[in-house]
Amino acid sequence: MKPSLSRRDFLKTGSALVISFSLAPELAFGQAKPAALPGSLNNNRMLDSWLRIDADGTLTIFTGKIELGQGIGTALTQIAADELDVDLKRVRIVHGDTALTPNEGQTAGSQSVENSGTAVRFACAEARDILVNAAAARLGVAASALTVSDGTCTAGGKSVAYWDLVGDANLKREAQASVKPKPASQHKWVGKSILRRDIPKKMTGGAAYVQDVRLPGMVFGRVVRPPSPGARLVSFDEAAVKRTRGVIAVVRDGDFLGVAAEREEQAIRARELLKRSAKWKESESLPPPGDALFEHLMTKAKSVDSVVNEKTSATALAPAKTLRATYTRPFQVHGSIGPSCAVAQWREGKLTVWTHSQGVFPLRGDLAKVFATDPANVHCIHAEGAGCYGHNGADDVALDAALVARATGGRPVKLQWMRDDEFQWEPYGSAMVMKLSGGLDAQGNVVDWTHDVWSHPHNNRPGAAGGVNLLASWHLAKASSAPFPVDPPQPTGGGDRNSIPLYDFPNQKVVKHFLPEMPLRTSALRTLGGYANVFALESFVDELALAAGADPVEFRLRYLKDPRARAVIETAAQRAGWQAGAKRDGARGRGFAFSKYKNLACYVAVVADVEVDRASGKVRVTRVVAAVDAGQIVNPDGVVNQIEGGIIQSASWTLLESVRYDRTRVTTRSWADYPIIHFEDVPQVEVVLINRPEERFLGVGEGSQGPAAAAIANAIAHATGKRLRALPFSPERVKQVLA
Amino acid sequence: MADFTLRVNGATRKVSSVAPDTPLLYVLRNDLELNGPKFGCGLAQCGACTVLIDGKSARSCSVTVSAAAKGAITTLEGLGTMEKLHPLQRAFIEEQACQCGYCSNGMIMAAKALLDGNPRPSEREIKQALNDHLCRCASHNRIVRAVQRAAKEMA
Repeated sequence: MKPSLSRRDFLKTGSALVISFSLAPELAFGQAKPAALPGSLNNNRMLDSWLRIDADGTLTIFTGKIELGQGIGTALTQIAADELDVDLKRVRIVHGDTALTPNEGQTAGSQSVENSGTAVRFACAEARDILVNAAAARLGVAASALTVSDGTCTAGGKSVAYWDLVGDANLKREAQASVKPKPASQHKWVGKSILRRDIPKKMTGGAAYVQDVRLPGMVFGRVVRPPSPGARLVSFDEAAVKRTRGVIAVVRDGDFLGVAAEREEQAIRARELLKRSAKWKESESLPPPGDALFEHLMTKAKSVDSVVNEKTSATALAPAKTLRATYTRPFQVHGSIGPSCAVAQWREGKLTVWTHSQGVFPLRGDLAKVFATDPANVHCIHAEGAGCYGHNGADDVALDAALVARATGGRPVKLQWMRDDEFQWEPYGSAMVMKLSGGLDAQGNVVDWTHDVWSHPHNNRPGAAGGVNLLASWHLAKASSAPFPVDPPQPTGGGDRNSIPLYDFPNQKVVKHFLPEMPLRTSALRTLGGYANVFALESFVDELALAAGADPVEFRLRYLKDPRARAVIETAAQRAGWQAGAKRDGARGRGFAFSKYKNLACYVAVVADVEVDRASGKVRVTRVVAAVDAGQIVNPDGVVNQIEGGIIQSASWTLLESVRYDRTRVTTRSWADYPIIHFEDVPQVEVVLINRPEERFLGVGEGSQGPAAAAIANAIAHATGKRLRALPFSPERVKQVLA
Repeated sequence: MADFTLRVNGATRKVSSVAPDTPLLYVLRNDLELNGPKFGCGLAQCGACTVLIDGKSARSCSVTVSAAAKGAITTLEGLGTMEKLHPLQRAFIEEQACQCGYCSNGMIMAAKALLDGNPRPSEREIKQALNDHLCRCASHNRIVRAVQRAAKEMA
């Protein structure tokens, strides 16, 4: 990958319709609060920050959202091509570059189509209007008389193309969002399963990832992390490592230790030597491992409690029967197949970083804080990494590379974490406890519901005020401190995401016990608290249905008015051939679950079939059927890919995954310590899409994990008559519960 | 340190001043600038670095350059190009058989080794052949379909 070339291309100003990137106007206007604009247009209000048209007949879309294998680059170009009436082949896209693209914060929370897609749609609709008016003026015809085909405006035998209007049309203006985007009936590209534009190069060995960035004079870096959280570096044999062939620099700053070498294997060898010679002072800083953790979280960990939701009814009957259940989820990893990687280069006090961070602007801000420089001196350029599924080591490794690159005399450093770096130091998905109670009246109706959730933070990404959220910054001699963690508030929530039932229960109370101290560092893992809360909530709904003698599907529908929720439930049940009252045989079972992600994004209903081997305790998920309503669908196969991947990933989390540690160290170091699902255990998955072209986009990337977990739990309960409430459902755990 | 002559994708490639115990992966990626094989774990656990040596699938993170120099090495780049795709590459694109694509190299190379020895594998045989290759985005079912599609095309 030669990123500097393409960058230069984009900075060429000669024949472009948009000659320079404009700053967000609120910086200039200041006082008056501007009118709200749709999606990310609201914070990036200039049209020319979203698109440009070149005289060579190409159009370029600029997005702050990055491609991480979810297909956003393809979906956004589909939206743009439709609004502009151009062939998809003309549309290029630039993702996440602090010098080129809008600042859209993090690419997270299943919000890219919702926020960036909506912005691109409105910006392109408005740009088309400007271009058509410019064409009308040029041709001396009425704008309404023009038809547009692949960017060429035609009326009465005369025509002019967008790219011939470079001097006439001005996109360097604030968006008004006053031009109505096209109705779905006029879409040519949106709604089609267009093949993703990023895939061919990935299948042929093209330069596709930050790992493939190669710069002149580039050297290789590795980092030497402490053996445990809280360990302090006492001594190490610097001289011996410096004598090792190929080593260019050994960087020690406080408890941070890194190395640069001419060749990658030399850097790895030097890392091993440093690990061997380094003496650290360690301490028992970790919470109790195993099941003892959960009691610790509920009773010992410092907690900030808040009532998330409360509803009372004066008319509901008192419960005739009350059920209580406690569900747990351990610490789990993102587990990207490619460990985190970055390339960093210092030139004349300015830092350039090629990074797979999900947020190049927030990363820039935190890097600037660490190096006590103006953000203008830091340029972050996105390049893809392996799938991240949330906040993994991507941002941290960018700082590691920048720290090591300070010692290489201007030569760029490519630094990739080793496998054990990633397992031991990526921020984990938080361990959680969910304690639920439910009251049934004599007729088996739910009259009372409570949900208490204990969780560490789920959002410790760079960009927060009051500190730096980059791992190495806490280890430096002049250490930064982490900002005080903030849990995202409702309506999306963090630890409490999806903890409020969508079911219409007369009395309900949801309490969040936020545990801000993190002996094991945690941050955003796909769905935040949504996975565990939906697992608990939808398991408990089944427990209540069983106690009420009701069919789980009918029981859910009883409490749901939203026709879209009902439609996915009915569709999934029908497609799977759900039968009320189907009998268990002790080994095979079927479970159901539903959620609306964040209570405001896509609707997903899941039916899972399992087989339980009672002798070994092994659970196999054999088949999963899901029904999805994501509003208007831009790329159907892209949605299926996300939902299907989410279901299988969730099956892996749910059946297998748990970080191991003792009171001092994380002991999970390789895939041997942290098995994930393999081909032979992957279920068949069928996804049914309910397209609603008249509705707004609803994000899908995180829609299926929660309901998949609960459907599996419910299927095991259906098969065996025993309820599993502690994740993961490992063979040992299953045998224990069945015994 | 030593010089090696490697046979890679049908061409002779010289690499100089490399330690003989250097994992083949770093020579392929850094000396020969091949992007196909990826660093995933360095422990032969994940399969992202897979290449073929004399037609057999091998984890290039755990094969030394000196050992690899004795055989004929094929990487993802040696199967086909954007202009002239190998049926497996075409099938992975047509089936959209990835999300992030970081594991795809290993999947395609292992599938190549499988199809070379068993042109019409059953679904079960495909899953067995790929079972020790990790995919975190969970594109497994698409990958199996892509291998089936390629097998059909090549038959």
